[in-house]
Amino acid sequence: MTAGRNRPAATGTEPALAPTELDRLVGWLDERTGFARLARTVLRKVFPDHWSFLLGEIALFCYVILVLTGVFLTFFFAADTRPVTYQGPYPPLKGADVSAAFDSVMRLSFEVRAGLLMRQIHHWTAVVFVAAIVVHVCRIFFTGAFRRPREINWLVGVGLLLLALVAGLTGYSLPDDLLSGTGLRITDAVVTSIPFIGPWLAYLIFGGEFPSTELIGRLYVFHIMLLPALMIGGITVHLLILWFQKHTQYPGGEGRLTAHETNVIGRHFWPGQVFRSFGLFLLIAAVLAVLGGLVQINPVWVYGPFVSSAVSSPAQPDWYLGWLEGLLRMGPNWEPTLFGVTIPSVFGPSIVIPTIVFGAFTLWPFIEARVSGDHNDHQILQWPWQAPVRLGIGAAALTFFIVLTLAGGNDVLAVYLRVRVEDLTAAARILAVVAPIAVGLIAWRLGVERARQVDRERTPLEELESGS
Amino acid sequence: MRAQRRIELVIAGLFAVTALSGVALLAVYILGGQTQVEGILLGIALGSLGLGVVLWAQELMDTPIVIEERQSATSSPAEAADFQAALTEEAGFTRRRMLVGMLLAAFAGLGAALAIPVLSLGPAPGREQFTTSWRKGSRLVLGDGTPVRAGDLPVDSLVTVFPEDAIGVTDSQTLLIRVPPDLLRLDPARAAWAPGGYVAYSKICTHAGCPVGLFRATERKLICPCHQSTFDVLAGAAPVFGPAGRPLPQLPIHMEADGTFVADGDFPDPVGPSFWNLTSRGGAG
Ligand code: FES
Repeated sequence: MTAGRNRPAATGTEPALAPTELDRLVGWLDERTGFARLARTVLRKVFPDHWSFLLGEIALFCYVILVLTGVFLTFFFAADTRPVTYQGPYPPLKGADVSAAFDSVMRLSFEVRAGLLMRQIHHWTAVVFVAAIVVHVCRIFFTGAFRRPREINWLVGVGLLLLALVAGLTGYSLPDDLLSGTGLRITDAVVTSIPFIGPWLAYLIFGGEFPSTELIGRLYVFHIMLLPALMIGGITVHLLILWFQKHTQYPGGEGRLTAHETNVIGRHFWPGQVFRSFGLFLLIAAVLAVLGGLVQINPVWVYGPFVSSAVSSPAQPDWYLGWLEGLLRMGPNWEPTLFGVTIPSVFGPSIVIPTIVFGAFTLWPFIEARVSGDHNDHQILQWPWQAPVRLGIGAAALTFFIVLTLAGGNDVLAVYLRVRVEDLTAAARILAVVAPIAVGLIAWRLGVERARQVDRERTPLEELESGS
Repeated sequence: MRAQRRIELVIAGLFAVTALSGVALLAVYILGGQTQVEGILLGIALGSLGLGVVLWAQELMDTPIVIEERQSATSSPAEAADFQAALTEEAGFTRRRMLVGMLLAAFAGLGAALAIPVLSLGPAPGREQFTTSWRKGSRLVLGDGTPVRAGDLPVDSLVTVFPEDAIGVTDSQTLLIRVPPDLLRLDPARAAWAPGGYVAYSKICTHAGCPVGLFRATERKLICPCHQSTFDVLAGAAPVFGPAGRPLPQLPIHMEADGTFVADGDFPDPVGPSFWNLTSRGGAG
């Protein structure tokens, strides 16, 4: 087969064929909407080809799966904290006092056909969703894809990451089991700790003193209405901006075509990219279906219903909140009172530090442009080593998160490593400062070395080409 | 051409697998459902369809590498100027500054008015932050309502108690712990709060509010399972390790003639996580 053999030439010199059904349909629609003009540019859009451009797509597909499975779950879930007696088929809890919410999750898991499958796919997808976003952000960060003109899309993306985290937290809090209750209690304390407005804000969000009877209903509205609506809005803007700005591309090129700031090298959206993306979507869905079917996640019947005087131990949040848990565990026990205003010990680790970290992360494109003085448009990506300082800072940040996440599981680690939790916490405090600096310096150094090496290996011919 | 034909057959086979596992999934569902089998079948159905589609794109579709020029995003100066003219001058905004200003003020006022109903979402925090259900005269009972009696509790052990009329109420959960009386190092003003070596502390962690559930009897320390805040039972539940910044509030209690325990009032300090005005007891009056 040769390229374009079956395609009529655009000049239309071939004899006219009898109109097919498709022609008639397209004609009918186009006469009324003129859509063919737009659709043509869509199908013919050029997309650069690189595996790392699929990471964001994976996140998008996860969102779709979350909506599909989530809608199924809403038909069975009761967002209601009224007490009922468990009468279902799970023997250990028979006759237990549970909330209607917990009861409905039990029914969904044990009595509704395919209910447990849907629940577990939903939860696994949420876990993969955040992971895909995080890896996608790392790709954007380390290749400098956020640089002008893409700062706006960086901001939209950071917003989406935040929404995904909140959606995850509100989601796994809904079943009203012991583990989720623990997470909510801590969330309530975190909000309450904000000076002046904290208690008031916590009452507004949670509907009164913890645990208010409104709690689950509130979270449900956040989880199935507000957050998904905000996210679909954000995703739409994210994709529209991407569409109009066109993809970035890696330096180099394809075959004999050289990538420049002024061109895009890739394949047409239709059919290749669409088929490949659709295939990727199906493969991701397949993996999640198998995970949902075979690998147990969030077995609320093991944790038991929420009882306010009990706590599940060890209590671990989903992975993406582990760093916050780590910060809380490592935090010092300072709780000064100045002029009658107490700064709760929760405030620093759970509000101040995350705000600083997330703030710097959000503003990164502007910080980098200010520091480097580079305010030019960039369509060509950088390899991570081409910006060693950024590489070092990014590596340091990732190390920081890893140390915090490990500290968030210090009780489990302590048992595993046979050391005292107290010693682990002390070690984590030191590591959280030292390890990021060390890793950052090493990454920076390696980047510089690599850049030098590439410079040396550059042949005069290549010099000539890139200069042209 | 032979190779293409083979790939076509493979892809068709993959699609057939999808169709078949779809039917099998239906059968499993009708027969009563089984989570693991459903997951595997769904995975196979989606997976082979996905594989087929990707193979089709990679092997049979003609997707040449193409090159496209980028256009600059920036509008021409004339377009930008025209936009601004349309936006402000032609609408007369530039001439009617005062009206535009008032329009914005109207929007701001209306916006504030429309945002106010958000306040209905929760009551204003007041007294209840500072108080619990414990009163002077509340008897200490277990979760099932039976009063605790001196002697029920071996030395170096503990139970969770509630006020008799507020069983299970979150902010009133309290730990009654029996320790050897001579080891206690309480504030002299609170010496009477530990009849016979029984001390009562709020069970809600002063860090982030988890129930303080673990007791290390050998060291007489309470440990919160959430972030390992550790409280010294002998020294008024002062925090000795971890992130909690203040002691677990102590409940004043005394022992009745029949061996039961009764509170002499509410906790002297707010229980649970700290908040900015906790020292004011403002709303409590
Ligand atoms: S809630 Fe007890 S240590 Fe954090």
